[in-house]
Amino acid sequence: MPNAAIVSAGTTPGGFLLVLAIMLPVGGLLLSFLLGGRHAERVAIVVMPFGVAVAAAIAAGVWRSRNVLQYVVGGWHPPLGVALRADGLSAAMIVTAALLVPGIGLFARAQFATPPGAEARAPLVFWTLLLAVWAALNAVFLGADLFNLFVALELLTFAAVPLVCLDGRAETLAAALRYLLFALLGSVLYLLGTVLLYGAYGTLDIALLSSRVRAEPLAWVALSLMTAGLLAKAALYPLHLWLPPAHAGAPAPASALLSGLVVKAPFFLVVRLWFDVMPGLADRAAAQLLGALAAAAILFGSVLALRQARLKLLIAYSTVAQIGYLFLMFPLSGKSQVGHPWGNSAWTGGVLQAVSHAFAKAAMFMAAGLVYEALGHDRIAGLAGIGRALPITIFAFGLGGLSLMGLPPSGGFVAKAMLLTAAVAEGQWWWALVVLVGGLLAGGYVFLVLARALADPSEPLTLLTPIARTRQMLVLALALFAVLLGFVPLRPSELLMIGRPHPVVLGFK
Amino acid sequence: MSAATLFGLCGAALAGLGLYGVIVHPHPLRKILAFNLIGGGVFVILGIVARRGAAAGFTSDPIPQALVITGIVVAFAATALAVALVLRLLHETGWVTLRPDLAIGARPDDPHC
Amino acid sequence: MSLAFALDAILGLAVLAVAAWTIVARDAFAAIVGFVAFGLLLALVWVRLAAPDVALTEAAIGSGVTGGLLVAACSHLRGDAAAAGIEQPRAILRLAAAVACVVVTAGLAAIVLLLPDPAPTLAPQAAAQLAQTGLGNPVTAVLMAYRAIDTLLEVVVLLLALVGIWSLAPDRFWGGRPGLRQHEDPNGMLVFLARLLPPLGVLVGIHLFWVGAVAPGGEFQGATVLAAMWLLAMMAGLVDAPPIDRRWLRLALVAGPAVFLAIGLAGFAVAGAFLAYPPDHAKLLIVIIETPVTLSIAATLGLLVAGPPERAPPG
Repeated sequence: MPNAAIVSAGTTPGGFLLVLAIMLPVGGLLLSFLLGGRHAERVAIVVMPFGVAVAAAIAAGVWRSRNVLQYVVGGWHPPLGVALRADGLSAAMIVTAALLVPGIGLFARAQFATPPGAEARAPLVFWTLLLAVWAALNAVFLGADLFNLFVALELLTFAAVPLVCLDGRAETLAAALRYLLFALLGSVLYLLGTVLLYGAYGTLDIALLSSRVRAEPLAWVALSLMTAGLLAKAALYPLHLWLPPAHAGAPAPASALLSGLVVKAPFFLVVRLWFDVMPGLADRAAAQLLGALAAAAILFGSVLALRQARLKLLIAYSTVAQIGYLFLMFPLSGKSQVGHPWGNSAWTGGVLQAVSHAFAKAAMFMAAGLVYEALGHDRIAGLAGIGRALPITIFAFGLGGLSLMGLPPSGGFVAKAMLLTAAVAEGQWWWALVVLVGGLLAGGYVFLVLARALADPSEPLTLLTPIARTRQMLVLALALFAVLLGFVPLRPSELLMIGRPHPVVLGFK
Repeated sequence: MSAATLFGLCGAALAGLGLYGVIVHPHPLRKILAFNLIGGGVFVILGIVARRGAAAGFTSDPIPQALVITGIVVAFAATALAVALVLRLLHETGWVTLRPDLAIGARPDDPHC
Repeated sequence: MSLAFALDAILGLAVLAVAAWTIVARDAFAAIVGFVAFGLLLALVWVRLAAPDVALTEAAIGSGVTGGLLVAACSHLRGDAAAAGIEQPRAILRLAAAVACVVVTAGLAAIVLLLPDPAPTLAPQAAAQLAQTGLGNPVTAVLMAYRAIDTLLEVVVLLLALVGIWSLAPDRFWGGRPGLRQHEDPNGMLVFLARLLPPLGVLVGIHLFWVGAVAPGGEFQGATVLAAMWLLAMMAGLVDAPPIDRRWLRLALVAGPAVFLAIGLAGFAVAGAFLAYPPDHAKLLIVIIETPVTLSIAATLGLLVAGPPERAPPG
């Protein structure tokens, strides 16, 4: 947990980058909206390299200084004012977002190109909201004030919901409404918890709270409320009902954004809450409960994915399952029984799962999008022959599947291996069982799709439209990122440990 | 019991009432209305936190007051978006329920909104 | 038990009673009217809690504009008269919901009673730094100085909600005007009010915004009054909603957050930090930010109520 002393450190060198990470996309979205028409897309494309540069600079700054980067906004020090902070975890998530958002943007250029003449609805809305999602994600990853994070969460919700119903069909409208209602419920619970924390401790800054929070009913209730609200937003079982129709109904680039990044933001905040704000408060029972929900998500999500007839719905249910892996981090982060702190393994595993799943899932949704464009449908039963027609796309889909299954080489393998190691070392073998069964089931649904795709069609397949090679290569590039993460050494990551006490544990034994 | 505590209990009751409304009403517009009640209750609790923080010549801690103002604005924006979605769903489908299976063979004589 | 406490208790009970009416009313229109009344009573609660800025915001936005939005929506739904298939919940669900309601209320009530005494507060720090901002209203100081980044992001959130609402329009209506053309009797009451009130309302709105630096008020409250006047004129048919692709409209919507962001970034050079103000010119800069922000918020609020475009653009 960050020391309360960090607050007095003020703005660290390079801290201004944190402001730029949020404000660059904000400025971009304002300009996109103002200029409209063809300019909306151009502004987004121009902003992207700068955003990547800022994210890389932040990560480099955190790595070089081996310390947290901080920025005190307006010169008003917390608790009166608001600070932004970047530790190793923030750096990893910021870089992930900075790589994925431009990738998704470039992929979407074909689908959301502005037609000549008058401004069109879908392109303007897409490019503006893409930048808004990026700004909101960075605000979540860098925020160090609970209410600032609330506003960032609202920004994220308002940017993500209209992307779901961008095509205007009735099913997607209903899915968007359900998503909005779940998200608002989550926001209200989160806000209530924040209110209680301010009422009890007189500050909203995460570092200051970590030194003031005591184990009392007020803090427990606040933690439970905020966690429950964030679980609704993260679609952890049993609050996952909104996710499959929303993520499947959105256009493919938006699905990639939603499943890859948007759904990771509330998970990120649960981590911040449990590990940074109130690490001493979490007890074994609560962590095991979270783990039980995670296990249910993995098993139910994977089984339901196996039963889907449509490709995008299968991938969406797979997201429900993979989110479960993220939350397995919590029961495995207690102070170890055996004296070795395996918490670092669980920490690295959980974060690596978030990052590699982001790339893998984005690639899979984009591949599904290309399949839909080529065939005019995404029924799994009708996929025969697409493997020959779009080999790069299906190969990318398969590579993404490696991460979901946890097979080497892939980031998913490293992540799940670390979770497995932590589970076995801690003696909590039941989580190891869940991870293994989940991997088998994931293998089931990935091979289901690949087998159909690689089968010979009964009659020769004609594509509705030719699919540009560059778009397929882009999808492949994202899938390769997930594979590259597999070469990360199989031990706790030094980058992710920056800003945390060693070992990274919650308070319980 | 001070006035602040009194209104705090009032806020708690508002949140409970709103929750009842969200669960019980099938019509999305009534759900949205009930959501606003929950929000109102939460804001009132924040308001009593402000009132109890009166100090330094201020009759109420200004930080929570500013948070409530921000919250009210954000809640309105959320209501506007939700209402627009509901209306659009009605235009597209003719029914206003989140359970599409109900639309088939639906009863046409519902007098309520 | 003093008289003030008794009155507070009556107010609290009245708020709960109206809220309960809002939940149990059968007719949605009655529920919405009850909600507006609830909002006004809640504003009184805020006055009793010594938070006049919040009272103004609650009355204007929480009750007024929200109520207007819901009434308009309800009339749309009635007009379509096809909102069928609404199945009343079974008794078991009602019972479960009632249990949940009681549990939640009891839990929250217990929490409220558990709040620490003396309560932690940031009022002393806020008071100590107030002189540096040049403002007299501490709530405005929090919104525009201490926690300005929250306000900046919040204004962007409002704009995004508008983009989201516009995105719901069918493709053929994009670039058109929100809402349907209003045809009102030119000798009727609505048109009379719409001719009479807006000039006064605009003055009230500007005053509310201007005085917010030193007294209760500010940009949100002033902007809401301005938006309400615009909506009144639109409802009476005196002005038509603007087409959404007009550059001047986009500029009006974006000017507020853009100026806010620009001055914030200028703070890097001039005052050493993002959204920092040089001490001598703090109040001036805050007013320079607040003016376009008020305009933008007014335009955004008005358009949020007007809804997505419903008429195709000409040509």
